[in-house]
Amino acid sequence: MNAQLALLAALDGIAYAALVFMVAVGLTLIFGVLRILNVAHGSFYAIGAYTAVSVGLAITAAGLSPWLAFPGLVLAAVLVGGILGTVIERGLLKRIYTKEPVLQLLITFAVFMILEDVQRLVWGVQPYFASEPVNLLGTVQVFGIYYTSYQLLLLPAVALAVLIGLRLFLRRTLTGRLVTAVTEDREMATAIGIDAERVYLLAFVLGATFAALGGALASPTTSLVPGIGAEMIVLSFAVVATAGLGQVEGAAIAALLIGLGRSFAVYLAPEFEVVVPYLVMVTVLLIRPQGLFGVAERRRI
Amino acid sequence: MPKALVHRGVIAALVVLALTMAWAAPWSQVMLTLALAKGLAVLGVVVLLQAGQVSFGHAMFFAAGAYAAAFLGKAMGGGDLVLLLLAGVLCSALFGVVVGVFVVGYRYIFFGMLNLAFSMVLFSLLEKLYHFTGGSDGMRVARPTVLGMEMERASFETLLFLLTLTLALVCGWLVHRYLRSPLGQALGAIKSNETRLEYLGVSARQVLLVGYVLSAVLAGLGGVLVAAMQGLVTPALAFWVRSGEFVFIAILGGASNVVGAFAGAFVYEFVRSYAAAFAADIWQLVLGVVLLVVILFAPGGLVGMYRGIVERRRP
Repeated sequence: MNAQLALLAALDGIAYAALVFMVAVGLTLIFGVLRILNVAHGSFYAIGAYTAVSVGLAITAAGLSPWLAFPGLVLAAVLVGGILGTVIERGLLKRIYTKEPVLQLLITFAVFMILEDVQRLVWGVQPYFASEPVNLLGTVQVFGIYYTSYQLLLLPAVALAVLIGLRLFLRRTLTGRLVTAVTEDREMATAIGIDAERVYLLAFVLGATFAALGGALASPTTSLVPGIGAEMIVLSFAVVATAGLGQVEGAAIAALLIGLGRSFAVYLAPEFEVVVPYLVMVTVLLIRPQGLFGVAERRRI
Repeated sequence: MPKALVHRGVIAALVVLALTMAWAAPWSQVMLTLALAKGLAVLGVVVLLQAGQVSFGHAMFFAAGAYAAAFLGKAMGGGDLVLLLLAGVLCSALFGVVVGVFVVGYRYIFFGMLNLAFSMVLFSLLEKLYHFTGGSDGMRVARPTVLGMEMERASFETLLFLLTLTLALVCGWLVHRYLRSPLGQALGAIKSNETRLEYLGVSARQVLLVGYVLSAVLAGLGGVLVAAMQGLVTPALAFWVRSGEFVFIAILGGASNVVGAFAGAFVYEFVRSYAAAFAADIWQLVLGVVLLVVILFAPGGLVGMYRGIVERRRP
């Protein structure tokens, strides 16, 4: 592997890590607040991607400026996160907060099964490919190789904005502090008058929107086929588990680790591309069962 | 009538029903065999559910058993059914120990998702290592001899059906005994209070590992039987959709009961072979909705409903 290929792999890895991070951070946020692992999270990613393509096609069909595709991506994510997130949290999750963990897991799994088919019913099984936004931004030259500015600049920038924005929101704003309070100790937070139910809804919608945004931003660079949701939930779980459940900043580092590992595998040993993220996860978990940045939970007797 | 006698009566009636169906309509033998084989894998999921753990990746052991049989069959130019079964059991047990040692340290979310992750790895390896596994086309499994005897297709299918039925009964009884044994009871204690279990001096990990390997073997056995019946193994055997099916059937049948696994598998296969034609596109959706309804409104599953009816009649 020469230097140019290594650089190419590194750039691929960073662009990919940016996408995975957005999905993973949503997953970890939802888990931190609701204590539920949302298996349907991968479907939000997939549906976000498909919706973005539909919005993009609608913009082209209406003869509008192709630059509108960028706000279109964000619009798609907000739509999917807002609508699906609200419906699922209010309609279903609200009823099961007191149930056994295994049942909660099964219920989000059921939602996942349903959404996988909904997505196939709405968008069919043919692959979609809408690379318009990538072409618009053109390419840039780094150390002698050409790379799309969309992947090189836009994706990492958005991911960084999400990371910093979320950090500021959780630490500096009142609403964000309420979320943090509920995450730390739900009972205490409720006792001092915080409406935990609203915080739950907010966290779930926010998390779902991040996943959908990840999907929307991925749509111009990947071909959309059924099954991307299943792949993404496991991958983002690998990121979240590597970082430690509930760790926002840790998820960014774990995403980079896994993204880079995967892209180097693509160039060095393509058969094992899919295996590398799990190898990273298993290695980390063998050494630190609570994840890189996780804190071991106290056991209750 | 004592309760145990009623239950035995129900099981006997189910067996007679299956035998009658297979005898009256030989074409149903394939479906019944597949249902029973699936029931074996579901039984594995049920064992783990006793400990409050759900595995979203048990299809990997199903596939491990099936592929072990396929490889052995290919190497021996057909092979013998008994050897294939042994190979499947051995391979899934080994695989179960390797994965199990790692996953039994985790509970709930991690347990479920790590199993899913391992099964995704196996699935993609089976698909990508084309030269070795035949990729997504899979491998053919030639009809094996049975204790050295060559068999015609029809009689082989009948024999395989009867063998599967016998294995299902034996495994069902063994698992039933296991769950009643101290080791099986300890499994239930992991769900209710693991720390207390450890204070009693029992290693929760070891208890769960035994259950895990047992459940892997059950799934592997089911996999060999399916491979022998279909004459083909594909990576789809390890796909998460199949793992989801196992979990679905376990919940549908009633997670607390051995009979529920097979009753659930029967109902599932039966409904699928008829309804899938009308609802092929939305099959996952239907499963998801039914799963939600069962969890929210009938948490006992089929067995729970049956108990509800029986107990209402005899107060």
